[in-house]
Amino acid sequence: MGGVSRIVAVLAWRNLWRNYRRTLIMLLAIGIGVWAMIFMSALMRGMTDQMVHNGLAVLPGEVQIHHPRYRSDPSVVNSMPSPTGELLAALEKPPVSAWAARVRVPAVIASERDSRGVTLLGVDPAAERALGSLPDEILQGRFLTDAADRGVVLGASLARKLDTELGKRVVIMSQDPDNNVADRGSRVVGIYRARLASNEEQFVYAGREVLQQMLTIGTAVSEVAVSANDYRQVDSWAPAIEDAAGDNLEVLTWMELDTFLSSMLSMQDGFTLILMVVIFVALSFGLVNTLAMAVFERVREIGLMQALGMRPSLILYQLLLESLYLLVLGLILGNGLAWLTIKPLESGIDISGVAQGMEMMGMGTTLYPALAYQDMLMSTAVVIVLGLLASLLPAWRAARLDPVRALNKT
Amino acid sequence: MNVTWVLAWRNLWRHGRRTWLTVGAMVFCNLLLVFMISLQLGSYQMMINNSLAMVSGHLQVQHRDFMADQRMRDSVPAVAALADSVREALGTEAVAARGQAFALASSEDRSFGVLITGVQPLYEPSVSSFPGLVSRGRYLQADDRDAIVIGAVLARNLQVDLGGELTFLGSGRDGSFAAGVATVVGIVDTGIADIDRVVAQVPLVWFQDVFTMADAGHAVVVRLDELDAVPAAVSTVSSLLAADGDLRVLDWDALQPGLRQAIQSDMASGWLMYGVLILLVAFSVLNTQLMSVLERTREFGVMLALGMSPGRLARLVGIETLLMASLGLALGLFLGALLIWYLSVAGFTYPGMEEMAARFNMDERMYPEVSLLALAWGPVTVFVFTLLAAVYPSLRLFRLQPVAAMRAV
Repeated sequence: MGGVSRIVAVLAWRNLWRNYRRTLIMLLAIGIGVWAMIFMSALMRGMTDQMVHNGLAVLPGEVQIHHPRYRSDPSVVNSMPSPTGELLAALEKPPVSAWAARVRVPAVIASERDSRGVTLLGVDPAAERALGSLPDEILQGRFLTDAADRGVVLGASLARKLDTELGKRVVIMSQDPDNNVADRGSRVVGIYRARLASNEEQFVYAGREVLQQMLTIGTAVSEVAVSANDYRQVDSWAPAIEDAAGDNLEVLTWMELDTFLSSMLSMQDGFTLILMVVIFVALSFGLVNTLAMAVFERVREIGLMQALGMRPSLILYQLLLESLYLLVLGLILGNGLAWLTIKPLESGIDISGVAQGMEMMGMGTTLYPALAYQDMLMSTAVVIVLGLLASLLPAWRAARLDPVRALNKT
Repeated sequence: MNVTWVLAWRNLWRHGRRTWLTVGAMVFCNLLLVFMISLQLGSYQMMINNSLAMVSGHLQVQHRDFMADQRMRDSVPAVAALADSVREALGTEAVAARGQAFALASSEDRSFGVLITGVQPLYEPSVSSFPGLVSRGRYLQADDRDAIVIGAVLARNLQVDLGGELTFLGSGRDGSFAAGVATVVGIVDTGIADIDRVVAQVPLVWFQDVFTMADAGHAVVVRLDELDAVPAAVSTVSSLLAADGDLRVLDWDALQPGLRQAIQSDMASGWLMYGVLILLVAFSVLNTQLMSVLERTREFGVMLALGMSPGRLARLVGIETLLMASLGLALGLFLGALLIWYLSVAGFTYPGMEEMAARFNMDERMYPEVSLLALAWGPVTVFVFTLLAAVYPSLRLFRLQPVAAMRAV
């Protein structure tokens, strides 16, 4: 049997090159198809990665703890006490790598020229730094030094709109728990830049203790953000935090906090698969046709082999093998092409020409294609499995030929 | 001449299955293209129309610095009078003046920073889709003064209902302290949380009073019937403005630059996909035609020996391809039209569409653009590439030597 299958393998290989033009065209077609599958999934993956990345940057921590009513009514009334006891213990032990408690309230900020509605963040700079949720870049001045820092840090875009600058005073207004207007004047000590201009306009940073004092809420905070540095693994440790937080607090993972992001992420693999199957179907017409032709022009030869005692199963095997060679060569070509085109692009494709459109999708000005091995594997699996399935029909017909009729065919 | 066509048609059906497979490849590709292109164009229309109707209108007259920084002092003087003259010049009702300012809105229990828009109750309904989306109460009326219409999410956040009072604190145009009290008369529910969280509309006259704007506003908003009419309207309105003044006319593209760019980038990635599909079909046709030429080498040798010119043979192969491509085109157009018709009735949605829709200001179902362009674009491109694919096989015919060809196996 070993000898037979080697002969069949050699036969299949040689048959493939009897009409090299046809084989080369088909190889090129498969190669381009596979390249397109991988290249486009890499672009899609790059986009999703970036959306998730930017999305998570706005949403510090993969898990957030709030007062149960805070999310529907983000008011200072729905504050929560600073973590203590069991919750504090849970936050201090691995896998949690960082956590920060912050005051987060809607507010109005006014310069002497103009005013804007913003989200006021009262932060503890050291804890936020560990969480990685500080602004990307400080353009002017400095960030807050500690939770008792009396200055505020504004986004560059907001500062421009307010017509204010470093060192000037602004007034921040919000409400205290009794719905009295609480306000204070603060000096702008820093101007930051964020990846998305909309964030620059929305978030204003102030010292946590200063805000707690202004809002007369003692040591209460609005949210606790918790991170373990890997957004994919969040389900494994979130329940422990939830237990420790007790029934009076709402513990949500980023997937529940931003349903757009999580649905994008969960649709990603489905979309990639659909894309690959669609491209493959377009490809399969050519594949089936080529194989059907290969069988058609060899009808007499196949009849002769059968007459000489070759079993139908071996003929089926031989044709499938021929198809498999073609598919594998095409896959090597396609994967090679994909690797060659994506690798140089991984440092980023400049798409700043459509930056504002991209911002609508939550993306920055550079697109980083992400060549993922699972995409290469998936495309290989799709092509081999569906390719062999598609080849089955012509191969099956060849194996079922009647030797006498086949031999007499002109 | 006629013989060539008959010959070509018969040649096609010598291998019925092969021809059908090749046509099948074209039809599959055509349908896919019709499906994707019509939905793509349809969703762009939807995005543009929804965004323009909801927020910006097709064009606006603003102070030249207002767009970039939206500062209160970059205002349009005598805004209502300007709106009247624009209305007259364009001959349309859909022209309205607006003013906007940020203020801290306080109800009995809650305070939020909001963007208050002063609108003309008489004209706003013809410019924007908001007034039609009032879910409870009513929209502003011409004689209203301290009345306000707010978004549903904002109402929930502020914990106010119809008849409730909101106090506004902010700064006026001259930097002075601005304060006012308005009664909620209507609540708007657009279904888009980002918008329902920020909408707060008051009558323009009251707005001008509270924020010490005198007769100024921030924009004259124009809504047109179709996008094509925008350039003409821009030049008409521009001619009304003093050439060296501070006012500028901005079209929708300038007002919402993200919109066109989002469409462009989506188009680009779409066309990458279409290009690949079309290329794959072209390869499939190329292979089929090459096969059909190669297997007929002997036959062609005989025909050449009988005195047929290679050019005529090439034309035969060309006509075969043309017939096959036409079949693919006809079937593609027919089935494509059925598909568009079905989609335009049933709409199209997929899991995750809802989150997408909320983010991009779209409806939860996509409807295709019903137009000849959306239908024919894909199939015609496939048709052209199919014909191109026949060039190489046809060219080979010119290299045939009759004697050698007749002996070929």
